[in-house]
Amino acid sequence: MKLGRVIGSVMSTQKVDSFEGVKLLLLQPLNENLEAAGDPLIACDAMQAGPGDVVLWEGGREAALGLENWYNPSDATIMGIVDRVYAPGGSGGRS
Amino acid sequence: MTLGRVIGSVVSTVKLEALSGYKILMVQPVDPRGEDAGAVTLALDTVQAGEGDTVLIIDEGNSSRMIVGDSMAPIRTMIVGIVDEVNMEANG
Repeated sequence: MKLGRVIGSVMSTQKVDSFEGVKLLLLQPLNENLEAAGDPLIACDAMQAGPGDVVLWEGGREAALGLENWYNPSDATIMGIVDRVYAPGGSGGRS
Repeated sequence: MTLGRVIGSVVSTVKLEALSGYKILMVQPVDPRGEDAGAVTLALDTVQAGEGDTVLIIDEGNSSRMIVGDSMAPIRTMIVGIVDEVNMEANG
């Protein structure tokens, strides 16, 4: 799993059937210090995450398994909302 | 499997059912000498690892799903052992 921050959303009306009812969010991947790391991407939301939330997400095959209807083409899915990050050597418990 | 060092943890209350019951630890991949090697990742803990521990990491979904006994769990990276010692007897 990886850390990310929700920075926006994407609306799409005409999309594949298996994405019906799935919210698409704009996600900025973060490193262990909660700093931006890499380019933003679009992720499916399984968690009702909102803008500004720090989240757990996964890519690859596991992204599809994260959604209710598992037979879907998701390549990134938000699977948890982060309350706190403890990294004494690094980020010092921010979220 | 690869080696890593636990450097922290992540607390998440709202998460997928399949992830509940497991601690999520922050792992810095390391080489056999213990030097940092690659980007920090998050892993589910199955062996009660703690901060500073050198651990065995698997980064393969089917293996992880086998460990949790749920063939549909959306998980990939797991801590599957705590390393006591690494002996490197020849330079690779």
